[in-house]
Amino acid sequence: MDLLTQPFMQRALIAAMIIGLAAPALGIYLVQRRLSLIGDGIGHVALTGVGLGLLTGNDPVYTAVVVSALGAVGVELIRERGRTSGDLALAMLFYGGIAGGVLLVGLSDGSGNSSLMQYLFGSPLTTSESDLVVIGGLGAAVLTVMLFFRPALFALCNDEEYAKVSGLPVRTLNILLAVTTAVTVTIAMRTVGLLLVSALMVVPVAAAQQLTRGFVSTMTAALAIGVSAAGAGVLVSAEANTAPGATTVLLALAAFAAAAIGASIRHRLRRPAPQPVASEPPDVVLHG
Amino acid sequence: MSVVEVSHLAAGYDGREVLHDVSLSVTAGDVVAILGANGSGKSTLIRTILGLVPSRRGEIHLFGTPQQRFRRWERIGYVPQRLGAGSGVPATVGEVVASGLLARRGVFRFPGAADKAAVRDALTAVGLLDRIGDPVTTLSGGQQQRTLIARALAGRPDLLVLDEPNAGVDAASQEAFAAALTRFAGDGGTVLLVLHELGPLRPLIGRAVVVHDGRIAYEGTPPEPAGHHAEPDHEHLHPHAEQLKAGICEWAPTEGTKAY
Repeated sequence: MDLLTQPFMQRALIAAMIIGLAAPALGIYLVQRRLSLIGDGIGHVALTGVGLGLLTGNDPVYTAVVVSALGAVGVELIRERGRTSGDLALAMLFYGGIAGGVLLVGLSDGSGNSSLMQYLFGSPLTTSESDLVVIGGLGAAVLTVMLFFRPALFALCNDEEYAKVSGLPVRTLNILLAVTTAVTVTIAMRTVGLLLVSALMVVPVAAAQQLTRGFVSTMTAALAIGVSAAGAGVLVSAEANTAPGATTVLLALAAFAAAAIGASIRHRLRRPAPQPVASEPPDVVLHG
Repeated sequence: MSVVEVSHLAAGYDGREVLHDVSLSVTAGDVVAILGANGSGKSTLIRTILGLVPSRRGEIHLFGTPQQRFRRWERIGYVPQRLGAGSGVPATVGEVVASGLLARRGVFRFPGAADKAAVRDALTAVGLLDRIGDPVTTLSGGQQQRTLIARALAGRPDLLVLDEPNAGVDAASQEAFAAALTRFAGDGGTVLLVLHELGPLRPLIGRAVVVHDGRIAYEGTPPEPAGHHAEPDHEHLHPHAEQLKAGICEWAPTEGTKAY
């Protein structure tokens, strides 16, 4: 593990692990709401921000945050209306985002294609110190907001109408969630890339819930799986010389497969006891 | 004291007006059942009162405050017809019930020991304390309904608003539910509930309001079961939509105050 002594490797690892925590912390609410693919769409929109940054000579991370935040709030407003045309509006927004991004990146001088690939599929090894500061700051902010507002966000995503009748600031919370999605997408694009961002939000949650019974336990397990997959993804890809983003996502999917197999074995082992299951005490008490 | 005051209310969805001219008054301690056939507008009425459906004309006052300016939502406990759509991630019964405490606690404070005790008390009241750590999706329909009632009770509301709490609920759950509601009303709580039929809640209901075609068709003492509904072996089950439609005739008052 000589690689770990290299500063670029350390930065890549730290950045990946921050994102490995932040992405599932947000993603769990998206999955709860059955909006698993929204991160993917916001990723498409973020590409226009990247193109805008490259074209104007600004840091693409900042322009991507702004553009994808605008896109995410727009998506939220369309969703809030609940119109049937919303689905089509989202599709047009997403494809407009990726087409605009490709166009703008092409227009910017310099290495058009290689920088496009870097944002679409990630390149953690090029993380600079200033990148790390941005990723660390924004990642910590995402994580804090998602953990601190957990009861309110859980109530919102579990039953939005009930949250409204409880007097919760539903619209503010929805916009908070939308903006946080945009921020997470943008910081994660450096590690896993815009096309695979959504996987890091969703797959750890999907893996965790194969084995868990409650929301808090799912969130804890998803964060553990996310940070492990992201860290291992960077290390394995450096050793095996594979694409880091894809490696991370495949490792998370492997965790999902293992969890699903584990769950099905557990289910089968429990089967023999037929009806009186209801009277048995719970096998595990996950939290008090 | 007036808890809910509705005057000349009209409301609906998109282009369709469902309620035309509804006036209703609920005072503290009342137990009022809103009855009516499917599509009569009875659910729309309570959803409009709660602000989930925008009103078009008329006025709604909650605890003496116009609904638009009403902020003390912790005084209202809402029990929707079924669990929300947000079931993409498992959640335990205890976690769902804990959502009921947010109205009182606010968004910025963490739950404390008192909140945990309130969750346990509410689950005890509906007889589900032993399921506190189980995922809600593993519960029967009736048990899920009781979980939602526990969520509303956990916030210690003054008014309970329930939307068809007995729809598709097993007998044991109906009893546990009726007992919890009786206790709430006995402690001076106000109850406004939408029902398809009175069923085992009959003794609890002080006043019945029948909504028909977006208007109030009858208001007064709950109608006595008559005809085959009164027979002791009659089961109050209406499993098919065709049979539900028959309810329109049953609830439409034909002569005087007799609804049957």
